[in-house]
Amino acid sequence: MSATLETIEAMERPPVTMSSRLDGELLEVSMGPQHPSTHGVFRMNVALEGETVRKLKPVFGYLHRNHEQIGENTTYLGSMPYTDRLDYFCSMTNNWAYALSVEKLAGIEVPERAEYLRVILAELTRLQNHASLLGFLLSDMGAWGTPLMYAFREREKILDLFESLSGSRMMCDYMRFGGCRVDASEEWLAGAKQIVDRFPKFLDEFEELILQNEIVIARTQNVGKLAADLAISAGITGPMLRASGANYDIRKVDGYGIYPRFKFRIPLGDHGDTYDRLMMRALEMRESVEILKQALPQIPAGPIVNPKVKVRAFRPPVGEAYGRIEGPKGELGFYLISDGGPNPYRYRVRPPSFINLTILEDMCLGHVVADVMVILGSVDIVMGEVDR
Amino acid sequence: METLEQIKNRAELAARGAKIDIVVNPGPSGQSSLLLDNEHAVGVATFLRDHPALGFDFCSNVTGVDWLDRVVKKTIKVKQIVDGVEKEVDQTTEEKIPGYLESVYHLFSMKLKHGPLVIRMRAPNRNDAHLPSLTPVWRSAELQEREIFDLYGIHFDGHPDLRRILMWDEFKDHPMRKDYVPPDDFEWEPTPHDEVLARAKQHYPPRPQLDGAEKITSHSDVATPNK
Repeated sequence: MSATLETIEAMERPPVTMSSRLDGELLEVSMGPQHPSTHGVFRMNVALEGETVRKLKPVFGYLHRNHEQIGENTTYLGSMPYTDRLDYFCSMTNNWAYALSVEKLAGIEVPERAEYLRVILAELTRLQNHASLLGFLLSDMGAWGTPLMYAFREREKILDLFESLSGSRMMCDYMRFGGCRVDASEEWLAGAKQIVDRFPKFLDEFEELILQNEIVIARTQNVGKLAADLAISAGITGPMLRASGANYDIRKVDGYGIYPRFKFRIPLGDHGDTYDRLMMRALEMRESVEILKQALPQIPAGPIVNPKVKVRAFRPPVGEAYGRIEGPKGELGFYLISDGGPNPYRYRVRPPSFINLTILEDMCLGHVVADVMVILGSVDIVMGEVDR
Repeated sequence: METLEQIKNRAELAARGAKIDIVVNPGPSGQSSLLLDNEHAVGVATFLRDHPALGFDFCSNVTGVDWLDRVVKKTIKVKQIVDGVEKEVDQTTEEKIPGYLESVYHLFSMKLKHGPLVIRMRAPNRNDAHLPSLTPVWRSAELQEREIFDLYGIHFDGHPDLRRILMWDEFKDHPMRKDYVPPDDFEWEPTPHDEVLARAKQHYPPRPQLDGAEKITSHSDVATPNK
């Protein structure tokens, strides 16, 4: 990666106003790829003046395995388990986004019970993703261990549900084109209801302990501000966009699946700083609990998969489709081009956490280097999805 | 959202000289797209973003696609006179389509909450593909166009920072192209083996050349030359 360093060196340097230890020289620090707060193998070339960030260039590709090409060389169904590995925290929503795109491509209907199961599992995924993100973020700030373990205690209950349903905690491979793979029993639904009913208690405790903590407020408020118009132009989606005040939730806008049937609110931030992004996750978890409380008693009996869909020799008609859902990290989309064969001609993943990193430099400039970790943590990235 | 024809007519009126074609999507998703000409693409994209009735302020997804040379067979029914009687006969025509690289943009509107509008641009020369960059219009294209440059080799003119992003900087090829052949050994690097071997040959005296008769008659002499 020597050329990257050269590029930073060749760039024009800003006029130095304050005297620093290096007599006006910028100090170049390579943060990562093994830094514990980079959430995987991710590197940032940071140019520092004293402790202040003057330049920041993210370096990607350490986890690149050309997911998209592997998808082009595999059958449509063969890619389904591989989508679990994109964002390995949220395999259920990855499955859903891919299944939704293929259903658009081939014109497949989904039975009602499967739609309910999808909503329930997607919202459970959102709960566990947001809970563990808050834990990781506090861990990055130096609250080592305890908040993360509080969050993981709740997350583990949800992963147990996933395991009992799909056979795997994280790599669920649960959705199919036109439905879901296995049906949920009455006991499973009762267990899910119990966990959902107890979840607000955890949220109350977590918010009281952490989100009103003086140190957390000092480290996050007015740090990493992101204006709404820049966020929209840079394609930022998900909680990060809504923390800047832009009202855009694909569950409301597209109304995919059966989301229009449920009553829920979209929390919006005022300042677009790290604290708002933190609060956005906490508030979204409460709304997810609301959706789950409505969906779990309503779920109808019936088939869970469309029987007309071919499992073997599945060949969608010639055409293309872009399908997207509101994943926990933002807009997760799949763009597929079919030439009528058993494999997609083009299989493209629109990864939210990759595109949310576009404005990482803009958010970090002018802050001290310790804030970079907090800002990066609030973006919520998973390297499996960023590098693909 | 307005229909594609309306958007096309509006854009052609606004950006003088722009030629826009509609690429029909035959699949059930019905997401047809607008094919922009490369010269006026930035102007048309700015118009799509800024016009109050369209307002496509959010460019969600940028995709590179590689199309190789291909032959499309079309069957048309033609009336022909066979043996004095008019009959309908199937006639197949073959159309050769030369290969090109393509970049596809999926646009949405956050203000007006509509979309997707699909626009695409084509670079006919696969060996030296150039397309205008839409990063000045939508910042979200920045990393995605870098990715397409890396994996497909399309040069986006006007991109502020066009470097490889996922592959390492020393990598030569563009691995997402359809005609890409992966090397046998990714970790090959020139090692001094051959030079070392040549020097070794100079350093050590050549082995005695023995004819077959010696081998058979005096085995012990050959095995121990010091004797």
